[in-house]
Amino acid sequence: MKTDDLIALLATHAGAERRPATGAALARAVCLGLLGALAIVLAGYGLNHQFPRVLGMPLFWMKLGMPMLVALCAGVMAARLARPGVPAGRAGWGIALALVVVWGVAAGQWLAAPPSARAELLWGQTWRSCAFSIGLIALPVLVAALGALREMAPTRLRLAGAAAGALAGGAGAAVYALHCPELSAPFIAVWYMLGMALPVALGAWLGPRVLRW
Amino acid sequence: MSTPDPETELHRLLLAGLGGDEAAYRRFLQLLAGHLRAYLRRRLFGWPDDVEDLVQECLLAMHNKRHTYQPDQPLTAWVHAIARYKLIDLLRARGAREALHDPLDEEMPLFAASTHDAHDAQRDLMGMLQSLPDKQRRPIECVKIEGLSVAETAQLTGLSESAVKVGIHRGLKVLAARFGAARRLEGHA
Repeated sequence: MKTDDLIALLATHAGAERRPATGAALARAVCLGLLGALAIVLAGYGLNHQFPRVLGMPLFWMKLGMPMLVALCAGVMAARLARPGVPAGRAGWGIALALVVVWGVAAGQWLAAPPSARAELLWGQTWRSCAFSIGLIALPVLVAALGALREMAPTRLRLAGAAAGALAGGAGAAVYALHCPELSAPFIAVWYMLGMALPVALGAWLGPRVLRW
Repeated sequence: MSTPDPETELHRLLLAGLGGDEAAYRRFLQLLAGHLRAYLRRRLFGWPDDVEDLVQECLLAMHNKRHTYQPDQPLTAWVHAIARYKLIDLLRARGAREALHDPLDEEMPLFAASTHDAHDAQRDLMGMLQSLPDKQRRPIECVKIEGLSVAETAQLTGLSESAVKVGIHRGLKVLAARFGAARRLEGHA
């Protein structure tokens, strides 16, 4: 086939382009994924039994806020990486900031605690299940985000997959925080971080496999 | 009268095309093909036969992904990123990334050169079209090749108007996927 024939084929009745911009489409997909994550927590885990008393605790808000900031920044990054020729941008600094703040608070709490209380701060009651649970709850968001990216045109597949993973990990951790009974910063700094790293690794592995176009 | 530089002209035509101006969109694709051909010919020095196939693959990809272009972005960057992505895919299939003439990372003045002396593509697009399921093939044939309107096509095929549009959209996506798949098979042969 001649290229001119292909051009004629593509242009004929091409019509106006009305598909949503990448950011809007990604946001829509993530909302659906969040519903899935919420369903898992509400049906499978249940809300924190101290609700609504935890709403008055600063640490609860850190547990919720840090992953949300990670998710938001990763989402901006993923939406940018979904468009050819657009660099990842500076949103990565937001993720770094969230991690640094949590580690700072965790270090402060750790140093202020008597050595005998430190083990409890780090391991809590639920360290065995925490990271795995966050990874599980992040899955619907990861599937939704990768599905949305497939409709776009990422050209750096591993990075785009990892960004989708960080978006899912942050969202999953924030939703898990509604259940999680732990209230210590060192616990969050270690186990939440590990939980969020799982979908990042999965996303980076899946990226070149499922995002190819 | 001065001729506008290619970036400005292509940008204008693309935006008009995205707004529904078919003639502008056709002109955009024609000019774009010339630039892609010159760019890829320089990079595929060892495989002149692949150039036109890859030009077509890039055009189809850019058409299918045109919603990822936002007007404030430099058009060169968008076009270059897609052309580079498709080029690397081809070279990877050939297992020959090191055979490149220029380093790929370098931001290339993609619109600097243009050539319209096209060789025929080797790939048989019409044959590929024939292999699509009827729900996709018929709408593409009627609307895209015979130039019927969506409404006329719907009447002729008994499909709803939205099914016609979906069929075209999906069919072009399947064709783009088969472009890549066919090449990867060749690469392994």
